[in-house]
Amino acid sequence: MLFAPQLADIRFGCGLSPVHATPSSVAEMLDSLQKPDTIAQRFPIETFETFQMRIAESQRLIKLRRKDRGSPEALASIKERRVLNKQARIAQAGWLGQHLNRWVWTDAPLRERLSHFWADHFTATGKAGLIRRAASPYLESAIRPRITGLFEDMLLATVLHPLMIHYLDQQKSIGPNSPRALKGGKLSGLNENLAREVLELHTLGVNGPYTQTDVRELAELLTGVTNGAPLRLKFRKDFAEPGSETVLDKTYGGGQAHIRDVQAVLRDLARHPATARHLAWKMAVHFVADAPDPALVDALAARYMDTGGDLGAVTAALLEHTAAWDAPRTNVKPPFHFVGSAMRALAVPPEAISSLDERMVRKLLIGPMARMGHVWEKPVGPDGLPEEDAAWIAPQGIAARLQWAISVPQTLMPELPDPRTFVQTALGDFSTPAVDFAANAAESRWDGIGLVLASPAFQRT
Amino acid sequence: MTQSIDRRTFLTRSALIGCSLAASPLLTPVSLAAAPGDNRLVVILLRGGMDGLDVVRPYGDPAYAALRGNAGISDPDGAVDLDGYFALHPALRPLLPLWQGGQLGFAHAVSTPYRDKRSHFDGQDLLEAGLSNLEQGMSRDGWLNRVLQYLPDSTAETAYAVGQDPLLVLGGPAKTQRWSPEADLALSPQAIELARLIMADDPPFSAALAQALDISDSDGDRVATMGTPDDMMAMADNTNKKGKKSSTENHIAEFIGKRLRKDTRIAAFSINGWDTHFNQTRTLPNALGRLSDAILTLQSTVAGPVWNKTTVVAVTEFGRTARINGSGGSDHGTGGLMVMAGGALRGGKVMGDWPGLDEAQLYARRDLMPTRDVRAYLGWLLHSQFGLPTSTLETDIFPGLDLGSNPGLIR
Repeated sequence: MLFAPQLADIRFGCGLSPVHATPSSVAEMLDSLQKPDTIAQRFPIETFETFQMRIAESQRLIKLRRKDRGSPEALASIKERRVLNKQARIAQAGWLGQHLNRWVWTDAPLRERLSHFWADHFTATGKAGLIRRAASPYLESAIRPRITGLFEDMLLATVLHPLMIHYLDQQKSIGPNSPRALKGGKLSGLNENLAREVLELHTLGVNGPYTQTDVRELAELLTGVTNGAPLRLKFRKDFAEPGSETVLDKTYGGGQAHIRDVQAVLRDLARHPATARHLAWKMAVHFVADAPDPALVDALAARYMDTGGDLGAVTAALLEHTAAWDAPRTNVKPPFHFVGSAMRALAVPPEAISSLDERMVRKLLIGPMARMGHVWEKPVGPDGLPEEDAAWIAPQGIAARLQWAISVPQTLMPELPDPRTFVQTALGDFSTPAVDFAANAAESRWDGIGLVLASPAFQRT
Repeated sequence: MTQSIDRRTFLTRSALIGCSLAASPLLTPVSLAAAPGDNRLVVILLRGGMDGLDVVRPYGDPAYAALRGNAGISDPDGAVDLDGYFALHPALRPLLPLWQGGQLGFAHAVSTPYRDKRSHFDGQDLLEAGLSNLEQGMSRDGWLNRVLQYLPDSTAETAYAVGQDPLLVLGGPAKTQRWSPEADLALSPQAIELARLIMADDPPFSAALAQALDISDSDGDRVATMGTPDDMMAMADNTNKKGKKSSTENHIAEFIGKRLRKDTRIAAFSINGWDTHFNQTRTLPNALGRLSDAILTLQSTVAGPVWNKTTVVAVTEFGRTARINGSGGSDHGTGGLMVMAGGALRGGKVMGDWPGLDEAQLYARRDLMPTRDVRAYLGWLLHSQFGLPTSTLETDIFPGLDLGSNPGLIR
């Protein structure tokens, strides 16, 4: 089998919609990625550059507090900073609403799927204070514009992003023989965190051909990469470990420390066949099945190598492969996808989402998604969300999905559609007699809608 | 092995390198000399850094008053003298009957190996990972999950992570169950039947739903309601608050207590609110009240013989500064306090080598000096409760730990 319009929206899009027509071809889907990102303009999310201004203001207030402790200015600055933090927290809740509005109203749904997929691949977040709110601005600036570009460009944009440097402790890593370390003081030595995750998660993969020595050498090569105020990438020569480093048998650096050496090793890692396989496998697992057809993985890896890691071309290879369409629907939507596609099927009006205050966003979206297993923008680790379906089909997750599906749509949208017609809207050709029966038998509209959304027929892709 | 060190496959690796393949609990059913039997362990993570010096006050230390003022033992509603040297924070008065019965104990001046940076994030990560350092990056399996891998016949029901917080301490390859009282279902009876019907032809969904209904129903309030969505939302809210600040923890403790009466042997949850930088005479009692409610609810729920098999331990990522800061609170420190309770405990003691509070005796001249690794207490507890050999504890559960002498925590 090749291309099926409804499956295209379910497996590679944001779900079926009563408003947006299904795509008519793979070419149309791929073409949608080349058009301007109008949905992002319609439902804007703060860029990281704008977010940095919040950080700068926070740092200014911290300085003010420290300058003359206890003074009226210092006390006022504490209050102002609290307000600043609160505003950012409210903004973060609003950005979740914008992500959902995009999911519901986009006519380029593949772009949403790819953006969230790569954002998860390069999971990063702030660990304290204001920076905890930075994940969506990071997605918006570092990931979203690069989903059809070269993987190496995305790798550089994320690994050398101030949020990733902060998240994986790179600013704490100082070459043991660097000028800064030789000056003494309490600063710690090498921190391998970023180097390890680059090899294990971002590029070669956990089964990739690297050793602990490679981790160590890469960590030494990364020294010098750090953050300056206000949360900006900075290369500090005095942090850099002197001498050359060898990663995967290739030697880098040796002269005057320079970020060019770091960029060079990242580009080489991006072009490595193990990286091609790792990413091909991950995409096939994410979009098609936990145990994808090896031929599909081979095809994606080959396209990756042929094009120097062109992610647009690899996406095309995915959509052009029969195995991407033949596979039975075994994958389960992750929580955000589940909630977003439910709202898309209901065509929840943008105002219904945008008008929610922070408390309601927590109650109707963040809290339920947490119970489904996705704590929004608070990842448990840099490996992001689980890909295996079993992680989502746990008692608590299924209960949370069922309860959300029955109780929340009515709150967002007092005029729910008729459940009997909604079966067709939400499931299309994938409806089952049992769901049809339940939609007819339900004693209330909200039960009927909720049962359609909670059905495995809706939850599997 | 292309990677010599990979914390994610840590246990498998140590099994491959350290012992024979057959001893790897992931590959073969293990038979340990001692079975896990009937003992229960509840681990509470006190997130934010509990001020141990305020909770169990070393008023007998000559330097205490200068740092912290009057301990308050002469006040009838103030702190309670425990042993002539330490006094208990008044907010823990409800636990006094346990202390008198030898079912409450403390280990003072304890810490993880974490030093100097004093970050909540790293501190909690290390506490839950049970490792000596995080130089290898963040860990993804917790020490309690590694314990499960050594318990024969452990199933998902054996261990529960309860509540909404991520609990790295139980994360890892061994299967565990997860539930938050907020996830309790509230549906119309007909919706329940129809939900079963729509999932019937998908076995994994069907099994998960059956379990969810079972868990939801087993904790007292029935799943079936006649509710509208508004009612259902209101019910979900009630689970959260019920008017009292302590009720989330009560709900969690009650849920755990009921599971412990059945097949569950290990449970973990967290209590937040210990980061008392400001005005801690107001903020700390709130957190302590929730801890004490949780312990008492656990006791009353498991009741009787099961309580006598149960130990509760509450641990925190670090203690706080010895001095009170400019805003009536305390800042992130080092040495802290571990709280233990339970019918299985040999309590009624404040354990640990007291380091003293003179400036020169403080860690970095600012924090309580840790005199013992908190993992040593946890390790001996696991040894007594689940029969884990000391060698397993020192290499696989808490790698690199020196257990030291047995403090005799269990009756």
